[in-house]
Amino acid sequence: MKKVYVNEDWCLACHLCEYYCAAANSGATDMIKAFKSGKNPIPRIQVEEGSEVNFAVQCRHCDGKACVKGCIAGALSITPEGVVVCDENKCVGCGTCILSCPFGCIVIDEDNHRIAKCDLCTKNHDGEPACVQGCPNNAIVFEER
Amino acid sequence: MGVEFIYPEFEVIRNDERCIGCRVCERQCANEVHRYDVERGRMMSDETTCVNCQRCVSLCPTRALKIVKSDCTLRENANWQNDTIKEVYKQANSGGVLLSSMGNPKPMPVYWDKILINASQVTNPSIDPLREPMETKVFLGKKPEKITRDENGRLITDLPPHLELSMPVMFSAMSYGSISYNAHASLARAATKLGVYYNTGEGGLHEDFFKYGENTIVQVASGRFGVNEEYLSAGAAIEIKMGQGAKPGIGGHLPGMKINDEISKTRMIPKGTDAISPAPHHDIYSIEDLRQLVFSLKEATNWEKPVIVKIAAVHNVAAIASGVARSGADIIAIDGFRGGTGAAPTRIRDNVGIPIELALASVDARLRDEGIRNDVSVVVGGSVRSAADVVKAIALGADACYIATSALLALGCHLCRSCNTGKCNWGIATQRADLVKRLNPDIGYQRLVNLVTAWDHEIKEMMGGMGINSIEALRGNRLMLRGVGLTQKELDILGIQHAGE
Repeated sequence: MKKVYVNEDWCLACHLCEYYCAAANSGATDMIKAFKSGKNPIPRIQVEEGSEVNFAVQCRHCDGKACVKGCIAGALSITPEGVVVCDENKCVGCGTCILSCPFGCIVIDEDNHRIAKCDLCTKNHDGEPACVQGCPNNAIVFEER
Repeated sequence: MGVEFIYPEFEVIRNDERCIGCRVCERQCANEVHRYDVERGRMMSDETTCVNCQRCVSLCPTRALKIVKSDCTLRENANWQNDTIKEVYKQANSGGVLLSSMGNPKPMPVYWDKILINASQVTNPSIDPLREPMETKVFLGKKPEKITRDENGRLITDLPPHLELSMPVMFSAMSYGSISYNAHASLARAATKLGVYYNTGEGGLHEDFFKYGENTIVQVASGRFGVNEEYLSAGAAIEIKMGQGAKPGIGGHLPGMKINDEISKTRMIPKGTDAISPAPHHDIYSIEDLRQLVFSLKEATNWEKPVIVKIAAVHNVAAIASGVARSGADIIAIDGFRGGTGAAPTRIRDNVGIPIELALASVDARLRDEGIRNDVSVVVGGSVRSAADVVKAIALGADACYIATSALLALGCHLCRSCNTGKCNWGIATQRADLVKRLNPDIGYQRLVNLVTAWDHEIKEMMGGMGINSIEALRGNRLMLRGVGLTQKELDILGIQHAGE
């Protein structure tokens, strides 16, 4: 399965991926609407900044799936393709998955009292995930490995 | 704080309807023009240090930014123009020589734009390059005067060493130091992919790029940085830099702060020391001295590499080129006064040298007159901006063109002409690790390949239009050119007729 990978050599910590991600998942048709309509869209990707090395982190869609096992509401599941997805109607925002994720990839969406996580833009785009499209330096790639 | 005489040249116009406060402009500006005011919850800017490199404009996800020239100007004066007055202010402030970067921006004549290309109509057929073969391959080097045969009547095919180019465009010299590691990596990979050559400039060859040696021209300049036997043997050709179009008659100065570990190792000089290239080569004071260096380099590389001598286009360029041709050089590279630089004194860049079009025409004519044109190939650079410029240069007599500014533009350069500050926001003319990172060679090399491939298509289209299917048939074919708006003297020097003649 194609996944999102980061190449820390080229990450500039510009944080554009966060904004493209948040806008893509906000339901708004463009970025200005997403951020200017009074809501606070949550990015599902976050840039970790260091003094020399930066990289973006979002759900690895990993083999461990600690989040899925730990989910008390049965909201998290794995699609046949291997994408870890969250059913927002079931999620109760308990945060168990956030605590159990070894990568720190899941964030809480305070406004909606549930979690926000990367679903590889399967609901938003038909091509590449928004973070990959928005990265100015090919530091985030969507590929088979 | 004293009185600031100079009002910022540019204004940052931010459309607050569009700005979402993502702060990418702030993070991406090495000149620290933008900042986020937490109390007011909005982006602010201070244009004092803005160089109009357009990095923020390009990365703004909502196109909320534009940079415009400030309309706050001094009182109009045709003699004392704004820039002239500001330069006086700057020098009164600093007491120093003014520094500039990239090519001469003054409104000097661009002869390429006053030359028009011919096309076939009715009496001679034009050729469609998409349907018929079209040759843009070029060989650079000394050509044999006549065909010779051995005692059995077979052709003697031993030729002096040549460079084989898939098309008549090469990337000209830009040193590692003046441009970044990633810029060099992009050029090296692109030259390899395209089957042309890039030039190391005078800063030596980083050990990582020895693998691209077959498509590398290694340069020996007056500073002799990074020159050793391994370096000379690594490239496909060796270039002796006698002069540079942007700054004829003077040397170079790479400030110590740019000499980091890698550059120190590559240039073979201590870290943090200024890299000074003297104005002359201290062992060259005549054509005879030049000849000694040409032959020393040939000897050092087992007579396997062609030697290029690069000179700046100056007043006596034809006579100088004639001398260079007799020095044993295989290729002469001529750099016109609009050529770029990482840093040059403003007065030199803007006032010294001559246009490459005139220099090329007079050199080609002189070498022909003296019967030594076949002894050398002629490569020209100094603001070759498009495929049309290449075609015109070839028709004026060049064998190939050197491009550098166009190549940097392909890599993201926005010609803000601030290379000398070392804070290139596009990761090209900088050694700051966080800025160098901004140029990903995976993207950069592809953009260079795209550019040169596009030019190749255009060159073939124009050749086809003229009914020419081989670049050899275009070389020196000045009948294919006509001048517009030129004086008889200019036409005579260019060796072309006026449009309508």
